[in-house]
Amino acid sequence: MANAKHKKMTPAMIAYEQVAKRREPGRPVLRNTVLAFLIGGGICLIGQFVEQFYITVFHMTRAAAANPTVATLIFFSALLTGLGLYDRLAQWGGAGTSVPVTGFSNAVTSAAIEHRSEGLIAGTSSNMFKIAGPVIVFGVVAAFAVALVRILIFK
Amino acid sequence: MELDKKGEIDVIYLWAFVVGGLICVIGQLIMDVGKLPPSQTMVILVVAGAVADGLGWYEPLTSFAGAGASVPITSFGNALVHGALAEAHKDGVIGVLTGIFEVTSAGISASILFGFLAALVFQPKG
Repeated sequence: MANAKHKKMTPAMIAYEQVAKRREPGRPVLRNTVLAFLIGGGICLIGQFVEQFYITVFHMTRAAAANPTVATLIFFSALLTGLGLYDRLAQWGGAGTSVPVTGFSNAVTSAAIEHRSEGLIAGTSSNMFKIAGPVIVFGVVAAFAVALVRILIFK
Repeated sequence: MELDKKGEIDVIYLWAFVVGGLICVIGQLIMDVGKLPPSQTMVILVVAGAVADGLGWYEPLTSFAGAGASVPITSFGNALVHGALAEAHKDGVIGVLTGIFEVTSAGISASILFGFLAALVFQPKG
């Protein structure tokens, strides 16, 4: 693919690309990693408080509390996304904000809001899973394959 | 009421933070070192969660790290497999298809519902 791209470029363009690549600032991997750990861990810690709330107040088991916990986090993520606050956090958090389920909700909600001007059907609903869709598609395909293997081979 | 003992509760907060943080670190490294876009990173993590549950590795993680395992997107893959297997044990192979969204219903429904409501209430930012 890279070669095909190069064929269409003049030598000057290739030279420019090489200079640009050399001058490109390196990714601050360590800084990103530490921030992802702290913010991602922090979101899971909040999740743990929510889970403990459901266990203590509604007498749920830990397994049963997982679903309402996820739904609660999704609610707050949608709210913070609407207020424009989640995306501000995401500038720092990187994967720390996109890997937790709140990041999934953020992807859905921001697409839903962004396309609101095109209407609720053609805009919001059509584009809601534009970013988050691949996770569902690949999740379902992979889960189907894994479950089938488990049922047919190991059972 | 079968509450965990005080000490165990404290430990689960620590593990939730550490394990949840580490899964995010894996995601960050896939993006920074592997130089993959976020969408592919999320797909890799979901598939990894599904495979981990197939191998029986995810449930032990959930029981000792709590939200640290159930909040990251890997748990979505895990929950899809879990629902499929639970239904398959009841109804046979067809259960794989009918049960796949059983556990994840809360997450998907909440995302759609709150995303839609947010679109009604909020204006796009910049």
